[in-house]
Amino acid sequence: MSSSPGSVDTRSLLQDSDLTKAQELVYELVVRQVMTTPVVSVQPDQTMHELGEKLRAAGIAGAPVVEQGELIGIVSMNDLINALERGSRDDPVRQWMTIDILTVREDDSVIEAVKAFASRPVGRIPVVSAQGSLVGIVTGGDITRGLVRALDLDHRSDEVSHYRASHIFQDISSHDTSLTLRYTVSPRDFSHSGEASAKVKRALQRLGGRPEAVRRVAVACYEAEMNLVIHTDAGGEVLVEVRPDRVSITTTDAGPGISDIESALEAGFSTAPDWIRDLGFGAGMGLENIRRCSDEFSLRSEVGSGTKLVAVVYLGQGNRLGRAPRS
Amino acid sequence: MTLREVVRVVGAEVLTEDVDLDREVACAFGADLMSDVLALSRPGALLLTGLMQPQVVRTADMADMAAILLVRGKRPQRDTVALAQDIGMPLLWAKETMFTVAGRLYSAGLNGVELTR
Ligand SMILES: Nc1ncnc2c1ncn2[C@@H]1O[C@H](COP(=O)(O)OP(=O)(O)O)[C@@H](O)[C@H]1O
Ligand SMILES: [Mg+2]
Repeated sequence: MSSSPGSVDTRSLLQDSDLTKAQELVYELVVRQVMTTPVVSVQPDQTMHELGEKLRAAGIAGAPVVEQGELIGIVSMNDLINALERGSRDDPVRQWMTIDILTVREDDSVIEAVKAFASRPVGRIPVVSAQGSLVGIVTGGDITRGLVRALDLDHRSDEVSHYRASHIFQDISSHDTSLTLRYTVSPRDFSHSGEASAKVKRALQRLGGRPEAVRRVAVACYEAEMNLVIHTDAGGEVLVEVRPDRVSITTTDAGPGISDIESALEAGFSTAPDWIRDLGFGAGMGLENIRRCSDEFSLRSEVGSGTKLVAVVYLGQGNRLGRAPRS
Repeated sequence: MTLREVVRVVGAEVLTEDVDLDREVACAFGADLMSDVLALSRPGALLLTGLMQPQVVRTADMADMAAILLVRGKRPQRDTVALAQDIGMPLLWAKETMFTVAGRLYSAGLNGVELTR
């Protein structure tokens, strides 16, 4: 029942990398968050005169027409003026209402409502549930107020974006949806080392990860990132794939590679030079730490070509990222 | 023990701004090896360390620690304080050495991290 007139090219809007916060919010907010409810509605057998009274009392300029719980039309102040001009104040609403109506669904993005408004000169659009029953009504003013409210919240705290991020996988359906975070790590750059892991940690927090699981990912990722900083010739890449139930960390580099993987995996084995030890690293505990924090672990390396480490952390029962907790 | 008590017991200076001194620390962990901190510390613990680089702050952050107490009287690097301020990690500083600072806190009732392995 959702209307999608398609008169606005959403792709060209989205391609604009310069989306303002408000533009973003138009996509992120759903109609339910901005609509007015409960709805003042009229019945088809009420007279136009009664409609006028009702609109005046509620201070509104139009209302959906409902018959036995079903939405059958919409009638506005304009229709009322036309009826009064013709001296038809006792006509039933049914005769003056518009039956070809636009609707939006409550779980549609606000952009759907904006597109509907752009497609026709209407002042209000009824909002329906997935089952098609009338649940609210939305006007241009509702959308503006909703955006201002969300912008304001955004300003005051991280909460809205936290809320948005924490639902990222909710409406996206595929056989395997994942979010990929990729970071480049420079060798021996101790002033930025750890930044990638810190960002991964924040991302997982925003996605609603439990502290215990987020900590395991953060520690594993940090040790792996530090190994790129400390032991590689040219740095490497940290790639984190986030799925609702698990997080995979992959680090790759182009050398020098590890000649004796068995020894490298032993707790306490390290080839780090003294100056690294003075910084608090190089105790030979990193790989062991990563292994302890993860549920799957693999390390492959070839001298001269490079090293690839994969660590997967399962989030555990009841902790699914990017989904609203069931209430 | 609250940070306020930590500050009083060891005569610490608070280096970051807007620190909530009523924040509780569950226990304490002292180390100059970051991997040890990552492997053995507990969330909510106070980190005692003689290292002064920003990596100390990163490590404490990754390990969900409550606050950092720098010991031995060396002044931390400016970027260490800046990073701590930036991510909201309380940074304290005490003049005395690790052993003395740890001893004072322990006597005042703050326990070490219990090893579970
Ligand atoms: N990406 C890498 N490239 C080359 N060598 C590595 C890499 N990662 C780890 N190693 C080797 O494995 C050893 C053990 O690593 P780790 O357990 O993290 O301890 P540490 O980093 O403290 O030395 C390192 O000292 C190094 O010799
Ligand atoms: Mg290491």
